[in-house]
Amino acid sequence: MDFDFSPAEEAFRSEVQAFIRDHKPAPNDPEGVANWHKQIREKRWVGFSWPREVGGGGGTISQQVILKEEMSKAKAPSLGTCFMGLAWVGPALIEYGTEEQKQKFIPEILDGAYQWCTGYSEPDSGSDLASLSCKGVREGEAYLVNGQKIWTSIAMWSKWIILLVRTSGDGTKHEGITCLLVPMDSDGIEVRPIKNMSGGAMFAEVFFNDVRVPLGNRLGAEGEGWKVTVSALAHERSSIAEVTGLQRTVEAVKELAKRCTRNGVPSHLDPGIRARIARADAKVEAMRLNGMRALTRQLKGETLAGETSVNKLHRANLEIELGELALEIQGDRGPLDGAATEEDGRWQRLALNWPEVVIGGGTPNIQRNIIAERILGLPKD
Amino acid sequence: MNFGFSEEQDLLRSEARKFLDESCPLDEVRKISEDAAGPGYSPELWRQIAELGWVGLTIPEAHGGAGLGWVDWVVVLEEAGRSLFPAPLIPTALAAHAIERFGNEAQHAVWLPSLADGSAIGTVAIVEAGQAPGPAGIGLVASRDGESLVLSGEKVFVSDIAAADLFVVAYRFGDSPGLALVERVAEGLTLESQPGIDLTKRIGKISLDAVRVAPENVLDGANGEAVSALLDAGAVAVTAEAIGAAEAALALTASYAKDRIQFGKPIAQFQGVKHPLAEMYVDIESFKSLVYYAAWCIDEGHEDAPIAAARAKAYASDTFPKIGIDAVGLHGGIGYTWEYDAHLFLKRAKWVRPAFGDADWHYERVAQLGGL
Repeated sequence: MDFDFSPAEEAFRSEVQAFIRDHKPAPNDPEGVANWHKQIREKRWVGFSWPREVGGGGGTISQQVILKEEMSKAKAPSLGTCFMGLAWVGPALIEYGTEEQKQKFIPEILDGAYQWCTGYSEPDSGSDLASLSCKGVREGEAYLVNGQKIWTSIAMWSKWIILLVRTSGDGTKHEGITCLLVPMDSDGIEVRPIKNMSGGAMFAEVFFNDVRVPLGNRLGAEGEGWKVTVSALAHERSSIAEVTGLQRTVEAVKELAKRCTRNGVPSHLDPGIRARIARADAKVEAMRLNGMRALTRQLKGETLAGETSVNKLHRANLEIELGELALEIQGDRGPLDGAATEEDGRWQRLALNWPEVVIGGGTPNIQRNIIAERILGLPKD
Repeated sequence: MNFGFSEEQDLLRSEARKFLDESCPLDEVRKISEDAAGPGYSPELWRQIAELGWVGLTIPEAHGGAGLGWVDWVVVLEEAGRSLFPAPLIPTALAAHAIERFGNEAQHAVWLPSLADGSAIGTVAIVEAGQAPGPAGIGLVASRDGESLVLSGEKVFVSDIAAADLFVVAYRFGDSPGLALVERVAEGLTLESQPGIDLTKRIGKISLDAVRVAPENVLDGANGEAVSALLDAGAVAVTAEAIGAAEAALALTASYAKDRIQFGKPIAQFQGVKHPLAEMYVDIESFKSLVYYAAWCIDEGHEDAPIAAARAKAYASDTFPKIGIDAVGLHGGIGYTWEYDAHLFLKRAKWVRPAFGDADWHYERVAQLGGL
């Protein structure tokens, strides 16, 4: 057991720290931010884990951890701006894309030229994603797509969508799913934003009415869409960045407690509040260490059987609990909204936006199923 | 960066598991622990594990131990916990740990070899009835009489009283906490074993009525921080055992759920059963990570050691009792019987919860050490 990184890895950490010191832009400096993104692109820290031959950085797992950790600690701008492109469209392209597709899309994802959105969920296919029914019918050199997607984040600001459609009703429900890459300005696509409970609109319904998608826009073989999706999601790495984010939130909750008074007592002196903050603190630390253990196994070349679900459950619980705790700490000021709130409504937003994280990446019950079935070997429902 | 075990540690684990599976399966555990008149452990098995080097695992080689670290020790304790192995392993190691860390060369030479080879059994007496486990809760007073200290007071939750030859006793001299070595034969020392829920963990109280402690039996390096460090070491050790015990409870319950058919299918197929089992796994994996890190911190003398120990013990004290309850509850009626093993793990959880500080105590320490 050794928590130290090698001298070469520590040298990389110093390089990252020095870069952040020299280039991190001020919060309201668009020119600085643009320059930041240009610089990290040149350093190949965008798509850092991707192979160098496609334009990625070829970083080792340890280097990826160090880069994410330092960036998150410094609250630096994101590593790249094409979020879903970097998270799963790119990895799927690298594994299943044709030469032509790779050459067209990957540089644009790395440059952050535009956004991608993800057309997976449907009104009747949420946790049971493989039951999806949006249809793709082969017609000459194209697929004719008809159906509806929902909960499609940033659909209204995206130029392309990675889409799962059903091209065959034969076989199991996982077979017969095909992955298509579709321009959002195609004829027959309609986007209707959905207002969420915090009042904002980040996701939308997307309707497909006789949308023609050329065969060349298929990612992977026909009927291989499920495999394409699952393998891209498997690129999700350990939860290093989430952990540093949660650590910062716990520290901010402590500071909030010191500023607030509740039931006649400074909130940070209330034994109940102290215990809950400490409980959150211990959970975040457990997440950090669980992540390190998973990482150690990955470095040894082992594949994980669903261990990341442990941290996903912790994160789900923490997102909810920290929002609740922050409002309770504020006592009678907790239910306020708008200008009268602490930190410009930061905690009210946290308390209302947890579903994005908690439900978005697979609901807690799905994570429990994954642990029960893949790790404990219990039978499927 | 490597948060995993070495090949030697993996080997140590498989040897420990093999030995315990063969020599002390649960029916043997029951035989030893249910014998109320017995010492609560098997002297023959104690001799064998001493020969295997487990008893003196963390004691320096110069004093007859194996000279290994706390991470290695955690490996053995996890396996001991998995088997609910009844033996004064932790108390003896803690007594040795206190002497090694806070005692002088002469004290090392006198005590460590016999604790390392198992010929002497040690235990620690820190907490007092109804008091906080930390240095602030020490009411047992020391006064001076010439060169000697004279100790008077009472300690509770002392492990393995019937077996122990040596007691490491926490006292207060004025406002300063300290640690003294009191031998079983000391005049004025009264020992009272008390029946406990977990028969595999013998506990009781000791009273000191003007017990004289010669200067060579006072640990000069001990102060309030030393008492805290000893508590932390104890917290890490019992939590390491809790990992194994909780995993055994989970394995027993998962296996039962796969075999038990109701409504025409294995009950493990119902989410009302499989999800609590998944939650057990989440909690065990999490306090496991926290314990491993705390043990590493102790080995490295890392500044995180106190908060790491507090987080580990708080998390385990918080969740292991629920794991014990769910292990019994998910079994249904059979889990409630004396004959079936599920209750043994539930009872271990009841012992672990307050040992070396409960969840409330340690969460409060996490709050304080974290700047609240």
